[in-house]
Amino acid sequence: MKVGLFIPCYINQLYPQVGIATLELLEKLGMEVVYPTGQTCCGQPLGNSGYEEDSKGICQLFVENFKEFDYIVGPSGSCVYHVKKHFDILEQTEDVKRVRKNTYELCQFIYEVLGKTDLGASFPHKVGIHKSCHGLRGLRLGSCSERMDAHYSTEENLLKEVKGLELKTLNRVDECCGFGGTFSVFEEAISVKMGKDRIQDHIDSDVEVITGADHSCLMHLEGLINRNKQPLKVMHIAEILNSSI
Amino acid sequence: MAHADEAAIFNKDEAKVDWHDKALWFVRQKRDKSAHKVKGWEELRNYASAIKANVLSNLDSYLLQFEENAQKNGVTVHWAANAEEHNKIVHSILQKHNAKKIVKSKSMLTEECHLNPHLEAHGIEVIDTDLGERIVQLAQEPPSHIVLPAIHKKKEEVDVLFQEHLGTKPCDGDPEYLTAEARKHLRNKFIKADAAITGVNFAIADTGGFVVCTNEGNADMGAHLAKVHIACMGMEKLIPQEKHLGIFLRLLGRSATGQPITTYSSHFNKPEPGKEMHIVIVDNGRTEQLSREDFRASLHCIRCGACMNTCPIYRRSGGHSYKSTIPGPIGSILSPGIDLKKHSSLPFASTLCGSCSDVCPVKINIHEQLYKWRQVIVKDVPQPVVKKTALKMAGSVLANTKMYHFAGKSARFMLKHMPRFVIYSKLNAWGHARDLPEVKNDNFDEWYKKRKKNE
Repeated sequence: MKVGLFIPCYINQLYPQVGIATLELLEKLGMEVVYPTGQTCCGQPLGNSGYEEDSKGICQLFVENFKEFDYIVGPSGSCVYHVKKHFDILEQTEDVKRVRKNTYELCQFIYEVLGKTDLGASFPHKVGIHKSCHGLRGLRLGSCSERMDAHYSTEENLLKEVKGLELKTLNRVDECCGFGGTFSVFEEAISVKMGKDRIQDHIDSDVEVITGADHSCLMHLEGLINRNKQPLKVMHIAEILNSSI
Repeated sequence: MAHADEAAIFNKDEAKVDWHDKALWFVRQKRDKSAHKVKGWEELRNYASAIKANVLSNLDSYLLQFEENAQKNGVTVHWAANAEEHNKIVHSILQKHNAKKIVKSKSMLTEECHLNPHLEAHGIEVIDTDLGERIVQLAQEPPSHIVLPAIHKKKEEVDVLFQEHLGTKPCDGDPEYLTAEARKHLRNKFIKADAAITGVNFAIADTGGFVVCTNEGNADMGAHLAKVHIACMGMEKLIPQEKHLGIFLRLLGRSATGQPITTYSSHFNKPEPGKEMHIVIVDNGRTEQLSREDFRASLHCIRCGACMNTCPIYRRSGGHSYKSTIPGPIGSILSPGIDLKKHSSLPFASTLCGSCSDVCPVKINIHEQLYKWRQVIVKDVPQPVVKKTALKMAGSVLANTKMYHFAGKSARFMLKHMPRFVIYSKLNAWGHARDLPEVKNDNFDEWYKKRKKNE
């Protein structure tokens, strides 16, 4: 199975360790992984700001870079959601349709496509999951608290198999962290308040490490944690699933 | 002022933000608990959404059917194309009866049409009889929430307000005392009222009847005591048959407050002998919204307020920050259809988290419509030059691998080597309260290329 590794722009530039963990994890699972070096971004920052029209070139470049792969896998729920949901602005050629269909968020790919849960990881810490909204309510990586469906969670399924890891339950299990892309700067006051409240919930729930399948939310939370010198660490779920401490 | 500025002001009092957030989250949790008790909740939402879609697709015939049946029942039906016509019709009915004192139960439509100031300008006293609405009326404020109009007010504030307007004694915000005093005050108004105005929650096409839901029984009190009952309804309030109420009433009470059903679901069909009943059916921009394919489903709304209670932004910015009659997520997709320029910041007052769409009992895809409004707004409303230029430039840079690599490298170089005071200047809204990520030596791209070389 040939997997195209999709490393979102902000992870490429700011969190290479997340990209590395994703790549290593997929290789451990026996995938033939290729990172197309021509890739840039999915266009989400423009689309969410209302400039979808100006993002067509970005989206088309994404398709060009990934059209030859069986699967396209990336460690960011919201970017993957953008490809699947909002690439409807492109002419729906066979390539575009295939890319949209075959793009997966990392946890979803491991759990749904490969059918694996135990990845042989160990991580002896108290962990809280930040269920990022686009992964949760967009890709439906898990059940959300608003709907009355039976409970499930792709991230929980994977983390439960990690040796030594203690999963903590939050008071508000899936409230938004307030990142929201350009929302984080244009609605700064609310964005910061939402982030602070999320962090406090993790602290109150005895969490040591906040993890999740979307590093943009984690970047926002980490920015607050570092500024306020709070006793918490932030790690992408790929880093935990790839660790053998 | 844009929503962000209003929200920043609201956030200056963090303790109040926390209180407001918790009060509304409590309602959201009550909703969760009561919805969990309904087997087939998601199925009910599907039905409700489908019925509303059917109504909107056949609105013309349902409206005529409703009118015909209501007239058969002895009800006078009026049509208002806009707020101005609505206000004139209501006023003319009141004039005919020489009505000077009016009691009104909760109606967001009359808020939308600004009926109260219109009638007051003609020397008519209008008393809002829903307790929350009476509180904001006394405070001369608009409702901050469509179900809980005074949710932004603490009981201590109500205490002071009642002392001033109703002559109550100071009571440290004792809710029982305050409610009892409000009851006395309102009872007096009910008895003396010449006419009663109510809203309409559901109008039933095949019977010509309509249902008004209240928790305080104030719609009934008003309508039964006064000689004239005027019911004002948005034209999207129709449902085809009475049996469909079984779906909507179950969803409405639970979604709004977590109650299994609203305390009073009052069915009005025909006037009592010797009395008059009027229905004013109002368009006021609804036909136009109906014509917008992307935004049509916003007219499914049954005004339960669940999207406000669940919205993490609404909870932390308060209803008044939206500066529109209907605040919160649903208001942010309805209001741009009424005045795009005035409400152009509202679709951006969201992280697109999608909680509103999943909580909505009639399955309005609210967050998707917010995204769509954004696309419309940047085209039709002048945007801040800096934001527009930056995003358009990003469009070009990110569509070109070489330019992207150059930009990425430059940005990382600057973040790493610029002095802290430059990076954390006033212009960097990210950095007011948050640190920027620590920049590593290589980005992923460089790491990958090095690894390839060493293979």
